[in-house]
Amino acid sequence: MRWLPALCALLLVACGGQQTARPSFIAEGNPPALSDWGMMISNGRTLTLSEGVLPYDLNTPLFSDYAHKQRTIWMPDGVAAGYREGEVLDFPVGTVITKTFYYPRGEAADEVLQTTTQAPGWRADGLDLADIRLVETRVLVHRETGWVALPYIWNEAQTDAVLQRAGDLQHLTLVSEDGGRQPLPYAVPNANQCAGCHAINNTTRQIQPIGPAARHINRDYAYAAGSQNQLVALSEAGYLEGLPAIEQAPQAAVYTDTAAALNDRARSYLDINCAHCHNPVGPADTSGLHLNADAPEGPNLGLCKLPIAAGGGTGGRRFGIQPGHPEESILVYRLEITDPGSLMPELGRSVRHEEGIALITEWIARMETQCRTAG
Amino acid sequence: MKTHHTAWLGAGLGLAGLALAGCSGPAERDLASADRDYQSQLIEQLIDAQPGDVIEIPEGVFAFDRSLSLTVDGVTIRGQGADRTILSFQDQAQGAEGLLVTASDFTIENLAIEDTVGDGLKVNEGENIIIRGIRVEWTNGPDTNNGAYGIYPVQTTNVLVEDSIAIGAADAGIYVGQSRNVVVRRNRAERNVAGIEIENTIGADVYENVATENTGGILVFNMPNLPQPGYWTRVYNNHVFANNTGNFGHEGTPVASIPAGSGIVVNSNDQVEIFDNQISDNRTANIIISSLHSTGYSDYAVQQDFDPYPEGIHIHGNAFSGGGNNPDGLDLQGLKLVVAGPLGRMPDVLWDGYYDASKEVDGVMPAELRICLENGEAGLVNADGPNGYANPSIVTEAHQCSLDPLPAVELALANP
Repeated sequence: MRWLPALCALLLVACGGQQTARPSFIAEGNPPALSDWGMMISNGRTLTLSEGVLPYDLNTPLFSDYAHKQRTIWMPDGVAAGYREGEVLDFPVGTVITKTFYYPRGEAADEVLQTTTQAPGWRADGLDLADIRLVETRVLVHRETGWVALPYIWNEAQTDAVLQRAGDLQHLTLVSEDGGRQPLPYAVPNANQCAGCHAINNTTRQIQPIGPAARHINRDYAYAAGSQNQLVALSEAGYLEGLPAIEQAPQAAVYTDTAAALNDRARSYLDINCAHCHNPVGPADTSGLHLNADAPEGPNLGLCKLPIAAGGGTGGRRFGIQPGHPEESILVYRLEITDPGSLMPELGRSVRHEEGIALITEWIARMETQCRTAG
Repeated sequence: MKTHHTAWLGAGLGLAGLALAGCSGPAERDLASADRDYQSQLIEQLIDAQPGDVIEIPEGVFAFDRSLSLTVDGVTIRGQGADRTILSFQDQAQGAEGLLVTASDFTIENLAIEDTVGDGLKVNEGENIIIRGIRVEWTNGPDTNNGAYGIYPVQTTNVLVEDSIAIGAADAGIYVGQSRNVVVRRNRAERNVAGIEIENTIGADVYENVATENTGGILVFNMPNLPQPGYWTRVYNNHVFANNTGNFGHEGTPVASIPAGSGIVVNSNDQVEIFDNQISDNRTANIIISSLHSTGYSDYAVQQDFDPYPEGIHIHGNAFSGGGNNPDGLDLQGLKLVVAGPLGRMPDVLWDGYYDASKEVDGVMPAELRICLENGEAGLVNADGPNGYANPSIVTEAHQCSLDPLPAVELALANP
C-alpha cells in the first residue's frame, strides 16, 4: 500500500530511523541512509523492492562503465505524473526515483564483470545479491523546492547504503568476457555533479530526471505479475495520467536492435548519452553541437563542423563528423578516448563502450555528405 | 611564392607538435606532502554553500582526484594567495575541469589551480563573475597533453578577470567565450598556445596585460555555428612580446592555425581597436588580421549568416619593435621573402586579404568597415589569400585611415 507523505515523515522521526520497507517521501533534509526512504530493503542476500515501487528500464540507456542499473519510480498516494509526449513525464512533488548501480562480481575483491546481457541475480522485484556487487544508489526526489539528487554508497555487507554527498572514487577492475582486465576508476558523483547531467537547461538549472520520458520507457518489463508495457503499468498503478493509446506514444530505438534503422539507433544512443548537455539550451550549447533526438541534420549535429573549445578532445581531427569517415570524426574520438580531460560524456564514463563506438562508427561510415574545405 | 591551397595559418603546426612531444619539460609539482583529506571537506562546503557565503581555503597544497563544482549563486571562494593556496589536480581521474561553476554573482580570488586534466576554472553561464589574483598553471610547461583552457568564463555577462596568471594551456590561458561586458586586465599569460583569447564576445576591454612566450599573444576571434557573433573589443596598453613558442595545440582546434610568433590576432571579428600597446619580437608578425577563410574551415558547416570578414579594425598608437623576422612555416617564410627580402622583416600588420566585396559601394569599402592603420612607420601587407597568395603586396598607404574610438566597457559590478 502507499503512504501519505506527512504521515511517513512523522513515522520516520518517531521510529528514530529504524529500518523500514515502507516507501516515504522525505520532504526536506538529507536522510543519511538509503533505507530511510524505504524504497527497497536488503538483508545482504536479497534486495527487495517495496510494494508500490515500480521498476523500469529504458529502450536505450546511458552507458555507465558497464554497470547494470535497477531503476524505480514511486509516488505518494493521491498524486500522479502527467503524460508528456516529448519531454520527461510531469512528475508531481513527492515522486521518488532511484537508480541502483551494480555489477556481477569477479573473482578478486576489486573485480567486476563486463557483461552486456542481463546480470545474474536480476529478479522482477529486486536482486539476488549472491553474485552481485552493489555500488551505489542515486535518489532523485521531487520536493516543493524542486528535484534534489542524493548519492548513496552501499556498505560492504550490502545491507544498506550511506549518503555520501561528496561522492567517491572506487578503484575497481573490469573483467571482460574473454578474461581481459582493465582498471575501472568508478566515480560516484557528488551532489553538485548530479546537476552536471540533470540540469539539462543551463539557464534555469533546475535538475530533473532524464530517463523517464515516454520515448525511453515505452517498452515492456517483465514484472512479477507478468510482462507489460511500462507506460501502461505506470498508468494502471495510478502513477500516470493522460496516457494516450499506447500505439500513439513515441518510442526511441533500442540501440542494439539490428532490426531497427541504423539512423534511429544511432540518434537514440546520442540522445540518451549526450543530449542532456548537448541540446540548444544545455551546458554544452557553448559548443554549438546539438545531439538531441529532434536536432536537424546539419552542422549543429556535427556534420563538417569545426570544434569550438574542444582542446585535446579533437584528437587531431578537424570535424565533429566527417561523413563517411568515422576515423576522422571528433565524435568517435570522444567516445574512444578514456583520458578524463577529453572523453565524453564528461561524467559517468571511464572505460570505452565498445558496442556504442561500433554503432556510431557504422552510422558515420554510411553517411554521404561531402565536407568542402576552403582555402 | 608557392600558391598552396592549404590554410597558410596552419603551417608549421605538425613539426612544432612533434618537437614538443620529444622534449621533457620541467617536472610537475611534487605532491608527496600534499593534503589529500581536504578534498571531501571542500566538496561538501561547495554543496552546502548558500548565497553570500565565503569559502576560505587555507594555505597549503591540496590534492584532488575529482573535479569540483559549484552550482549556487552569490558565493566567494578565497585562498590565501596564488602561491600559498594550491589546489593540485595532478591525480585527477574524473571531471573535465578543476572547478566548474554554473552560477552567478561568483567571485574567486587568491589561489592556484594546477595540473588539471581538462580546463582549469570554467564558469559556464552566469552574471557578475569576478576572477581575481588566481593562477592556473600546468607545472610541466607547454605540452599538447595539458588541459585546454586555464581561466574559462563562457556565456557570461559582466566579467572581470584581473591580476591573474595562466601558464601552459594547450589552447588558451585566459579564454572568454560567448560573453558580454568583459574586462580582462593586469593579467599575465605565458607559455600557452593562445595567451588571452576573446571569442564571440560583445564588449571586451583587454588592457595592461602581459602576454609572452605563447604561440599567439592576444586573440580576438569569431567562430561560426554559435549563438552569438562577437564585436566591440578594445586591446590597449598591453605588453605583447616574444610570443614565439611552437604551436602545441591540437589539430582541429581554432588556435591550432596560429603560427608561432603571432602578437595580436584578429580573426573574423568586427569593431576591434588595438592601440597603445607595446608589441615586440613576435617572429611571424606583431599583428595578424585574418578571416575564417584562412583557418581551413568547411563551407558546408558554416551557418548562412556567419560573417567571416574582419571589419572595422583600428590599429593606432602602438609601439612596435622587432618581430616578423622569422615567420613560422614555409608559406609565411615565402611571403616574407617576397615582401621584405631575405634580411627584412614582415611588416608589423599582416592581413590575409579577405574582404567582403559585396559590401563595397562604388568599389569602396564603407568607412566604418575598413581596416585602418594609423601607426607611424608600421606597415601592412596584404597576403592575397583570395588569389592563393599569388601576389602579396604592401598596402600601408591604402589603409591609412581612422575610425571613431570604441566606447569603454562599463562593468555593472557592485565592487569591481
